[in-house]
Parts: sequence; C-alpha cells; structure tokens
Amino acid sequence: MTNESLREPRASRVRPPWWSAKGAPLTVVLLGLMMLWYLIAAAVNLAGVRDAFEREDIAYTTGDLIAGTWSAERPILPAPHQIIAEFATSIFSYPPDSNRSLVYHGWVTLSATLAGFFIGTLLGIALAILIVYVRSLEKSLLPWIISSQTVPILAIAPIIVVVLGSIGVHGILPKSIISAYLCFFPITIGMVKGLNSPDPIQRDLMRTYSANPSQTFFKLRWPASMPFLFTSLKVAIAASLVGAIVGELPTGAQSGLGARLLAGSYYGQTVQIWAALFAASLLAAALVAAIGLAERLVVRRMGGGA
Amino acid sequence: MTMRHLAGLAEALGVVAAVLLPLGGAAAPRLMASPALLFAALAALALALSGFLRGPKAIAFDAFAAGVACIVVIRLLRDPGIAGYAGPGFWTIVLTAWIAATQTVAGLSHLKSSNRVMQRLLGVTVPLLFGSFLFFLWEVLVRGFGIPAVLMPAPSAIAERFATSLPTLAEDFVQTFLRGVLAGYAIGSAAGFLVAIVADRIPFLQRGLLPLGHFVAALPIVGIAPIMVMWFGFDWQSKAAVVVVMTFFPMLVNTVAGLAAAGRIERDLMRSYGASYQQSLLKLRLPAAMPFIFNALKINSTLALIGAIVAEFFGTPIVGMGFRISIEVARMSLDMVWAEIALAAISGTIFYGVVALAERAITFWHPSYRA
Repeated sequence: MTNESLREPRASRVRPPWWSAKGAPLTVVLLGLMMLWYLIAAAVNLAGVRDAFEREDIAYTTGDLIAGTWSAERPILPAPHQIIAEFATSIFSYPPDSNRSLVYHGWVTLSATLAGFFIGTLLGIALAILIVYVRSLEKSLLPWIISSQTVPILAIAPIIVVVLGSIGVHGILPKSIISAYLCFFPITIGMVKGLNSPDPIQRDLMRTYSANPSQTFFKLRWPASMPFLFTSLKVAIAASLVGAIVGELPTGAQSGLGARLLAGSYYGQTVQIWAALFAASLLAAALVAAIGLAERLVVRRMGGGA
Repeated sequence: MTMRHLAGLAEALGVVAAVLLPLGGAAAPRLMASPALLFAALAALALALSGFLRGPKAIAFDAFAAGVACIVVIRLLRDPGIAGYAGPGFWTIVLTAWIAATQTVAGLSHLKSSNRVMQRLLGVTVPLLFGSFLFFLWEVLVRGFGIPAVLMPAPSAIAERFATSLPTLAEDFVQTFLRGVLAGYAIGSAAGFLVAIVADRIPFLQRGLLPLGHFVAALPIVGIAPIMVMWFGFDWQSKAAVVVVMTFFPMLVNTVAGLAAAGRIERDLMRSYGASYQQSLLKLRLPAAMPFIFNALKINSTLALIGAIVAEFFGTPIVGMGFRISIEVARMSLDMVWAEIALAAISGTIFYGVVALAERAITFWHPSYRA
C-alpha cells in the first residue's frame, strides 16, 4: 500500500472559503496599505502643491490639487506609481554601466554583499566548529561573540573603510568586511546549535560504529545542522545587504545603493531615494528567496522534503 | 606527554629564549641587564613547569606565570628602544604569556565546583579573563609594532581619551541614546505590540500582516534614514522615527507568534472557566507570549542603537554619537572614534542587560530559567 492511497480522496475535502486562500489576506492588506499611502501622500504634499499653484497664479480645482500631489517633482512623500516609474526609468532607460542606472548601483552593492556574505559564512562556520570542538572556547569566546552584537557594529563602518583605504585597500573589500562582520554572528550561533543538535543516542551510535571524529562530523553533525544553517543564512544575507549599504554611506562613495541614498538626500531628490530603497528591498527579497531555493534543493538531495 | 606537558615545556623554552634573544633594536637592553625583570622571568620559568602538576594548583601557577609575563611585557614597552622596534626576545615573552593565559582559561573552564556561587563566579571569570587578555594582545601588538595611531590606537590611548573627554561623551550620550534611541524604542515597540494585539483579534488581518512583517523585517530599513531626516528635521526626532520603524516589525512578528504560543489545553481550560476574551488574553495568552515579546525587545535594543547612529550620518545638530564618529573619522583622530564606539558598546550592553534582567524577573516561570 503506497502513501498515495492512504490520503483521503480530494473531492471529500471541504473547500476553504475564498478569504482564507493563501494570497487573499495579503493582497487585501497590501491594497489597503497602498490606498493609505496615496491618502497620506495627498495630505503631506498638499501644502507644497497649493503654494506652487498660487505662486504662479494658476486657477486650480480640487482635482488638479490632488493630481498635483501625486505627480510633484520633489514631493515630501512620492506616490507609489512615481516610485515605480522612477525605478523603471533608471533601470531601462540607461545602459547598465551608466552612473544613472540602478542596475549599475545595484550591482556594486550586490557584489559587496555577496563577497561579505561569503567571508562571513566561512568565518561563522569555522568559529562554530571551533566552539563545538574546543570546550574551553565555548565558555570563553562565545560570551564575547554574543556581546559583540550589542555593540552597534555599523558604527565601526567608517573606521574600517577609512583605515583600509589609508593602507591602500579600496573597492568592495572594506564594505564586504562590514557585511561579513554583521553576518558571521547569526551563522555562528545557529551552527553551534545545529552541530550540537544530534541526540546523545545518535552520537553514541556513531561511537559503537567506531566512527572517527571526522566521520562523526561529516555523517552526523554536519547533515544535522543543515536546517539551522539555512535559517541563519537567510538572516545573514539580509544583514549582509544592510552592511554593504551602510558601508557606502560614510565615505561619500560614488556608486552603490547607499551612495544613491546619500546623493538623493543631499539634493532633496525624494523620488530617487525611494527608488533606491525599492531596489534595495527587491534585492533583499531576491537574495532571501535564493537562499530558500537552495535550502529546498539541499533538503531534497538529503532525502527530506516532507 | 599530554597537551598540558607540552604547553609547560613551551612556556619554559619561551622564558629561556626570552633571556637570550635580543628584545628590540640596537638601543634596547637585554633582559639580563635588568635584574628585577630577569628575576621575574626566572620565577616564571619555575612556574612554567607547572604543566607537570595537576588540578587547581596547576591553574594557579599558570595564572601567576601569565600575570608575571604580562607585567614584564607592559614594563618593557615603556622602554623607547623596544616600543615600535620589538625584537624576537620580546615576542617570545608575549607568546609565553599567551600560552600560559590559554592554559589558565582552558583549565578554569574545565573546573567544576559543587558550590553554586563559585560556579557562577567561574562563569563570569572565564570570559572576563579571556577578554582582558584579548585587550592586552591588542595593546601589545599596536605598541610593539609601533602602529600609527591614525590606523589603530592602543586600548590605553582610547581609555585615556575616553577619560579626558567625558563631557563631550555625556552630551552625545544624552542626544543619541536618551533622546533618539529610548524614545524611538518605546514608541516602536509599543506600536508593534498594539498592532499585534489588534491583528490577533482579527485573523484576516493577521494572515495579511504576518507575511508582510516577515518580509519587511528582512529589508534594509536603515535606508529610510535620509527620508526621516527630511521629514522630521536634523534633531533627535528624526532619529527616533528611524528607530520606531526599525523596531516596529520585529515586535509585531514576535508578539503575534507569542500570542499563538499558549497551548490548546490551556486555552480550552480558560474556555471551560467561561473566561472572556479579555480575561484569557490577560491571564493566559499575554503571559505565555512574554518570552517572545522579550525576544523582540532584545533584538530591538541592538537595532535601535544602530538605527539612531546611522541616521546621524545623514544630518544632525552638532552633537550625537553618529555625528561625532563621522566628524572625527574625517579628522583622523581615531582614538575619539574608538572612545565613541566604546561608549556605544557600553550603553548597548547595559541596555541589553537591563532588558535581560527584566525578562528574568517577569518570565521566571520559563523552563530556561529553572534549571
């Protein structure tokens, strides 16, 4: 008898009402937030638009006024369609290596993020293995790793960038070191938990097989830690992106999403700031989704995937 | 021959080598020239053989050897012929101190005491010793190699700078921490909590908000800092606003998860008591949610400090921790930057510690505290 035939027949299942379908509540909430956004945009931009009309002595109706709040050039809060339009223009209207292209800035930030993520992941896993295997480190090093996170690491960003710059290291490395600093922590903590997750019974079993330490590691501890690893990786890659963006702030970097934010704030280009934020959010979502995909592939290879 | 024996021999060898090898550049004296230091080194040599002892006695000897070696190193660094020009003899002493300190920490962390107070004391001492040795290494490396202060100041220089610029640091602390961080933290966490309660009452809203909250929690929210500075001006209000947005979502997500944490059986029991929604919320589900809420409060305590400092990079009045950091970096006075970072680290740790203490007091019933 296969598992398939054990399941209850499809037709007998009660069909859930439409509003409890998976995407429906999310869609409604998103639409609601969007409407709220337009309303708030109208409210906060109103004064500026009215002033502009009156300064130029143009007769206006309420309709003109509201339409104006959603299409102002430097609004206090741009309407969503303005952000999308700016985003689309800066992606499609310029060649991808142009300084005005978000693809270019996004790539600069992405490369720093990935480099930092790579360094941070290696460091995090190495520290976790050390802590799991050297017992005195668990008591002496782990408390410092934890308290290192109560330090606002991002405050160190300017120092790292400047110091490395003064000894001749430029480009993405300083930024990715900040990223690595931010993302090694969740990985270390998750992997210490993960590598310790096999039961004593399972470890005893390995011993009765007379497995040597490296066999125990590769056949028991490492596979057992995979779910923990991927959960940590998702947190880590989001942190890594934050690190890369903030690493671009203090040095007046010319390229990258952080530099785009900074330039936008200097020149009051609100739409540009929001478009850069939108790009950063898309990037974060894509990166987390990529880790999720890798997780599913690995789980399937390992014979899981229930 | 165990690791302990090897370490003991290595320490002994280190002391002998230190006596024979040159300490620094041409102007530097040898260790032999200074009778007091030579005596200390020989004492350390005797103690280094403690590797062949066992138990707490060996740890005490190791600790003493490490202490003597550290004092000798610091004493030697005062010599202008050694600071910046340190030679192999000097570094062998440092290495010896390192081995002895490692042995001490390793020994202490394997030590078990039946006395609970002693056990707690050990739990605090081990990381403290380890940390102070790290600071010692930082100090020795910077001064031994003569690394210029614009690259990496020594901890002693940072501490000195910290002590001499207390008024400035206090002003920055009030501006960034007491105004920006605390206000934003309180408002953001409270708002997240209230929205979670509302979302919990309306399941439809919860199903819509929760995925959104998880999504937003992964976004680089610090990026809204320039917008908040535009909206709320340069003063602390804009920093508090960034902190509000950053702390809102972790609290929302965690509280919603926490409110679902009360078990089926407990909830059924409340219903069989005829408890109203309010009663079961206050007496069962909120207490059960407390570990989750405190988890969010802890996450938020670090996020809040980061948010406020980064927001200051986008514009501030001429006071504040983030402002000072960006200004002093531009002026290359890194000791002041590190003093600000030390201030941030201390206030962050205390903030976290206060939240953790409150958690202990409120969720004393939780299994993780009843061991």
